Amino acid sequence: MFTVWTQLFKRDLLIAFRRRSEIIHPLIFFIMVVSLFPLAIGDDKVLLQKIAPAVIWVTALLATMLSLDNLFRSDFEDGSLEQMTLLQAPLSFLITAKITAHWIISGLPLILITPLLAVLLYMPTENISTLVLTLLLGTPTLSLIGAVGIALTVALRQGGVILSLLVLPLYIPVLIFATLALQNVEQGFSAEAQLAMMLALLVLAMTLSPFAIAAALKVSLN
Amino acid sequence: MEQEPSPSNCLMVKNLACWRNEQVLFSGLNLSLQGGNVLFLQGENGSGKTSLLRILCGFRLPDEGEITWNNEPALSNFEYFQNISYIGHKNGLKDELTVEENLNLMRSMATVTDIKTEQVLKKIGLFKQADILSRQLSAGQKRKLALARLMMTKNSFWILDEPFTSLDKTSIIFFEQLIKQHINQGGVLILTSHHDIDLAGLNVNHVSLTN
Repeated sequence: MFTVWTQLFKRDLLIAFRRRSEIIHPLIFFIMVVSLFPLAIGDDKVLLQKIAPAVIWVTALLATMLSLDNLFRSDFEDGSLEQMTLLQAPLSFLITAKITAHWIISGLPLILITPLLAVLLYMPTENISTLVLTLLLGTPTLSLIGAVGIALTVALRQGGVILSLLVLPLYIPVLIFATLALQNVEQGFSAEAQLAMMLALLVLAMTLSPFAIAAALKVSLN
Repeated sequence: MEQEPSPSNCLMVKNLACWRNEQVLFSGLNLSLQGGNVLFLQGENGSGKTSLLRILCGFRLPDEGEITWNNEPALSNFEYFQNISYIGHKNGLKDELTVEENLNLMRSMATVTDIKTEQVLKKIGLFKQADILSRQLSAGQKRKLALARLMMTKNSFWILDEPFTSLDKTSIIFFEQLIKQHINQGGVLILTSHHDIDLAGLNVNHVSLTN
C-alpha cells in the first residue's frame, strides 16, 4: 500500500519536472503581482509596509488556485484516474500522494521566494519568519481545500468559474487568521493563537478532505 | 494483500438498468458468469456496452438492480474492486513518461511483480522503444502498452472494453493467447469488441444489448 503511495508521489514529481512550465507559471504570477505593488504605489514605505502581509497572502492564495487546475485533469483525461480507483489501496489514501507532490511543486517555491518579496515591500525582517510560518501552515490547507473543488469540477469543461465560487469562500478563514497573525506581530503582540488556529485548520483539512476528494472524484468519473 | 484466483469466481447481475440523458440504455438485464467463462457483449454503438462495463467497475452507479460477486453484494465490497483488471477506451498512460517508466509504474502497482519490465517489453514488441516518451508512440503501440497490464496481474476478473482497437495481427494473436490462458486458469472475462476475436475452445456466452 505504501509502495503504491511512493510510486505515485515520485511519478507526479517526475511529470511535473518534465512539464516545467506548469510549475513556473504560478511562481511567476506570484512574483509579478507582488512586485507590481511597489511600482504602482511608489516609494511610500509606510503604506507598503502596512499592506505587505495582505498583498503577499492574497497573491499566494490566487497563485495556489491557479496551480491547482492541473491537479487531477490529466489523470482524468488519460484514464489514470480510473486505474487508480482499482488499485490495492483506497483512493482517499492515494490522492494524498498527489496532493503532497503538488504542494512541494507549487506551494514550496512560493514560500521560498517569499522572504525576498517581503523585503521588496519593506516588511520588517523580524516579521518575515512569522509570514513564512503562516504560509507553511496555510498553503497546504489551501491545496487540500482547493483539491475538493477541483475534484468536483474536473469533469466540467468550463469548471473555472464554479471552482472559484466553490473554493474562495472556504479560503477566507485561512486568509483571516494569517493576516491577523501578521497584524499582531507588527503591533508587538504574540501570534500564537492565530498560528494555533491555522494549525487546527490544517489538521482538519488533512484528516477530512481526502475522503471528500475521493468521493468527489468518483462523482466526476460517473 | 495478495489475491489468488479462486475457482468460485462468480458474478451475478440481477435486473440491472442504466439510464443516460433520460433515455433507457438497458433495463432488466440479468447475467451470470462463472470462473472459466467469457462474456462477449455485443450491440450497436450507443447501446450501453461501455456503460455496463463502467457500472461493473464501480465508476458509474446502476440506476436499478444489483451486482453480486461470490454471492456477496459487489459494489460495496473493496475486495471486489481490487480483483478487477480494467482496460477501457482510455489507456491510462502518462504522456510525459517513457515506455519503460510507464511500464515500471504499472508493475509497481500491479499484483504480480516478479516479471521483468524487459521481458514484458520484448513480448509486446516495444523493447526498442523503451526510452521513447509514450506520447510519441502510435495508437496501436499505446494500446499494447496499456494491455501489458494484463501480463502483470493476478486479478481474476478482467473487464476489457474494445481491447484490440488499432492493434496489428501479431499483437491480437498474442493477447488472444493471454486471454485463453487466463480463462483456462479459472478467470472471468467480460469484453466488448467490434473485431472478430478468436476464442476457440473457450466457453463464450454472447449477450447482445439492444435499445
